[in-house]
Amino acid sequence: MPDQLLYALEVTLNGLMAGVLYSLVALGFVLIFKASGIFNYAQGVMALFAALTLVGIQEGQVPFSHLINAIFGTEIHHFGWTVPAILAIMLTAAVMVVFAWAVERFVLKHLVNQPDIILFMATIGLAYFMEGVGDLMWGADIKKLDVGLPQGGSIWLEENTAWLGGDGFYGFFIDRLDIVATVVAAILVISLTLFSQYSKQGRALRAVADDHQAALSVGISLRFIWVLVWSIAGFVALVAGIMWGTKSGVQFSLSLIALKALPVLMLGGFTSIPGAIVGGLIIGVGEKLFEFFIGPMVGGATENWFAYVLALLFLVFRPQGLFGEKIIERV
Amino acid sequence: MSLDTTDSYVTEDGRTIGGVVMEMKNITLRFGGVVAIKDISFDIREGEIRAIIGPNGAGKSSMLNVISGFYHPQEGEVWFHGRKRPSMKPYQVAAQGIARTFQNIALFDGMSVLDNIMTGRLTMMKSNMLQQAIWFGRAEREENQHREQVEKVIDFLEIQAIRKTPVGRLPYGLKKRVELARALAAEPKLLLLDEPMAGMNVEEKEDMSRFILDVNDEFGTTIALIEHDMGVVMDLSDRVVVMDYGKKIGDGTPDEVRNNQDVIDAYLGVAHD
Repeated sequence: MPDQLLYALEVTLNGLMAGVLYSLVALGFVLIFKASGIFNYAQGVMALFAALTLVGIQEGQVPFSHLINAIFGTEIHHFGWTVPAILAIMLTAAVMVVFAWAVERFVLKHLVNQPDIILFMATIGLAYFMEGVGDLMWGADIKKLDVGLPQGGSIWLEENTAWLGGDGFYGFFIDRLDIVATVVAAILVISLTLFSQYSKQGRALRAVADDHQAALSVGISLRFIWVLVWSIAGFVALVAGIMWGTKSGVQFSLSLIALKALPVLMLGGFTSIPGAIVGGLIIGVGEKLFEFFIGPMVGGATENWFAYVLALLFLVFRPQGLFGEKIIERV
Repeated sequence: MSLDTTDSYVTEDGRTIGGVVMEMKNITLRFGGVVAIKDISFDIREGEIRAIIGPNGAGKSSMLNVISGFYHPQEGEVWFHGRKRPSMKPYQVAAQGIARTFQNIALFDGMSVLDNIMTGRLTMMKSNMLQQAIWFGRAEREENQHREQVEKVIDFLEIQAIRKTPVGRLPYGLKKRVELARALAAEPKLLLLDEPMAGMNVEEKEDMSRFILDVNDEFGTTIALIEHDMGVVMDLSDRVVVMDYGKKIGDGTPDEVRNNQDVIDAYLGVAHD
């Protein structure tokens, strides 16, 4: 095989892996949008918040330590213990459930029957509020997240694919973290699909997504479903936070990855879980290949804007996305 | 005919009508300055088909919404099974065994007919979320058991052929039937039907009438329904409440109501001079 083709293949593989991470963030958006029609602007911040909390718990950081020290003149920062990764992840998941409950109790409950735009604005408020709380709780410095996931290129893969090319080709380089992320994302999507198709809560969830009034009439509590769906979205945010945090450190710019999820959603459609996955993969591969082939001609850095231009094209020619429901108003 | 709340009697066609299951006492419902229901009292007896009729805007649907917990009256009390009902959310009312259908069909369009009807049994499923999540033995047994009940309802309403069809693709008449099926799947003590025959052709109306009578006959389900078609109402119901401009203007057997001067005026109009 000619080396150029092999490189393109490698770029494609890496694009797929990067796409998985986009998909993970987009998935959280889709879940909440489907169940309540709310575009949750805070999804990215939720991922950041989950990652911050995870690191904080793991390292035994005292939450709100800056605040406590400022008020009481103390000098506490750490409890002096570390928590095993698995336990810390479970605790963080619990924190996300509490967060979901709080969102329902203090925000959504009071905005029932308000227009979508009001709810959207509320989630923007929520996003900045959480960013502030995250800062206050765990501090603003960049943190290293390590839950024991493998990192670095897979040497095995490199050695066993080197024969494909000539002397100049050293085998495919793929980060092991990306492989883990892909496996985790696949497990997550499969279990979410099974849960929503075959469990009673899943059925209730789909019912609420379809028609609130009808759902109430068959005895479904909207509040319970909202807490459930925000909890699940919080868990997805946690998974995304772990992957992104491990890859590039837990920092506040993490919340900006939410912006990359937007073009993914425009491609995949806001209401489709498979759409979020496929959309993420297309964006991931698309921007890597574009950078590889076209990038050198235009001076590079196309990854910054490629996804958005693609999304714009989709908005013009297929506004409901690849898998979204086409909205037809009967007149 | 005057009866005590616990009395029962046998109808001409041989069905037994029991004591009062639901009683509305002096219900008043306002929306801002508009009075939708004004001091209305009536009762529903066990096993009967009770109709609520009246011209457009009389407050019939509002009344049904009060019973099913969608609206909360400013004044008055709702008594169910001899106990005063506290203010309840619709899903809590549903859990008490009151199922309903809607005037403008509220189904889950994206889901199959079977799944739609299965949602009717949600309140009866007891396995918890963890068991559901890992599809633990109990969750599976439960699902199969409920599925069996649902299949019975499907057979009963003769919709076997469309079981797997997404509801969004069905024609109007069938959607109405699926909505009835979902309500029936909950094995309700009281079934509320908001204009079950609205917008149907004669044949569909006959089918629906037959189903309503069969439900009442075979399962002994108490039914309260709203309907515009007077012929249908008179044929189906044991007793009728007539509403006009939020007030009750008649209450009794179809014959009594038919001969009530206020009712005749409300329906045919009266000369003002």
